[in-house]
Amino acid sequence: MPTPDKRNETRAGTDGRTVQDIGGMDFGPIDMSEHDLAHWEKRVDAMIVLLNTKRHVFTTDALRRVIESYNEQQYDATAYYEKWVRALRNLVIEQELITRDELAQKLKEAAQQFEASGRAVAAGEVPWDDTGVDEGGRS
Amino acid sequence: MKLETAAPMRFKVGDHVRIDDRSSLGHCRTPSFVRGKTGVVAEVLGAFRYPEKLAYHRPGLPAQPLYTVRLRQNELWEDYAGPASDHLDIDIYQPWLEPAE
Amino acid sequence: MHDGHDHDHDRTFQPDHDRGPATPYEVLERALHTLFIEKGILSAEEISRRIDEFDTRTPALGAKVVARAWVDPGYKARLLADTRAALDELGIDIGEIAEFKTVENTPEVHNVIVCTLCSCYPKGLLGFPPAWYKSLAYRSRTVRDPRAVLAEFGTVLADNVEVRVHDSTADLRYIVLPMRPEGTDGMSEDALASLVTRDSMIGTTVLKAE
Repeated sequence: MPTPDKRNETRAGTDGRTVQDIGGMDFGPIDMSEHDLAHWEKRVDAMIVLLNTKRHVFTTDALRRVIESYNEQQYDATAYYEKWVRALRNLVIEQELITRDELAQKLKEAAQQFEASGRAVAAGEVPWDDTGVDEGGRS
Repeated sequence: MKLETAAPMRFKVGDHVRIDDRSSLGHCRTPSFVRGKTGVVAEVLGAFRYPEKLAYHRPGLPAQPLYTVRLRQNELWEDYAGPASDHLDIDIYQPWLEPAE
Repeated sequence: MHDGHDHDHDRTFQPDHDRGPATPYEVLERALHTLFIEKGILSAEEISRRIDEFDTRTPALGAKVVARAWVDPGYKARLLADTRAALDELGIDIGEIAEFKTVENTPEVHNVIVCTLCSCYPKGLLGFPPAWYKSLAYRSRTVRDPRAVLAEFGTVLADNVEVRVHDSTADLRYIVLPMRPEGTDGMSEDALASLVTRDSMIGTTVLKAE
């Protein structure tokens, strides 16, 4: 069972603000451009809502808790649904619905499917643990 | 929201309250920019399961009363440029509130 | 100046979602989707249904509610008192994640909504939030200098109007009931609804009659 026994990273140059605690800071002018959501992003949203409200695998606050454990660079540089799919991954492992090994195998297959359909696959993996708090509940 | 186990309500609309300035460990829905500040209860929203426990797969009971606290912007920010009548409303859970003068 | 309305010609160019390389996040999503289905955790059908259902949530739904509140004072009172029940009256089910609360703009008070800690938004009524609502810039600055943020949206309010920012930190999602524009007497409810923009229900813009 995960516990809040480890402090999340705080933002450089602030007096102890954790990454999400940005009210009152100044991140510059607002980019007004509109973006449609990609289908994969809508599916992340759908899977999360179903696992949260229908299957009761995790709560909204658990998702937020995981997102709050990312380091400052990753928090600031990743898009909304990138943050959420990573949190989804971590929580279904934490709640023992899937294992890391199963996921590793499925990631390989998914990459192959993309390639087979004519899409290149960018290198790299969605980062794991930043602070030890959210890596499958183990610290 | 009616839940079986709820902590007793300590505040009502119009009460002056101070938001604690303790530091927190783990998930918390009280932003740092309002900690240590004083405002007025504008709304009593009911009792809700506590997010600091829900975040760790615990039931979050007893449900905690939730209040909309109204703060003056010119008391929140030293350099607030707008008029004295501008306010900020924020929803704060009872464990973070104490009575103020 | 950008008033955030939803017409196609206002969308900036965006690369075709299916052309660039699949990012690790997209690969992860596909892997999880497949695993959930193979393991019987979720079904493909219910995931699809949920996506389709969410596509029915758009600002037009919120606009309908606003127009009803403008023409029917009893409905408006019920909307302000218990938003979920008032939406139920119109057959709108907002789901289980959050409670909704409507805050009313008046000549004395202008409301604007933000979620500094994440991006809480009344999705069950308005659909997905705009990217700017979720941005670090909006989340960080709106509580501190709302009038400067509003000015970026082309909205300027007199000093004798209170600007009231709501930081949705808990389980309530806020919707702004904008003021009915002048010169709209006698308009039909449908015509009124077509005046209501998404951004006016977030509070970053005020409405003017066309």
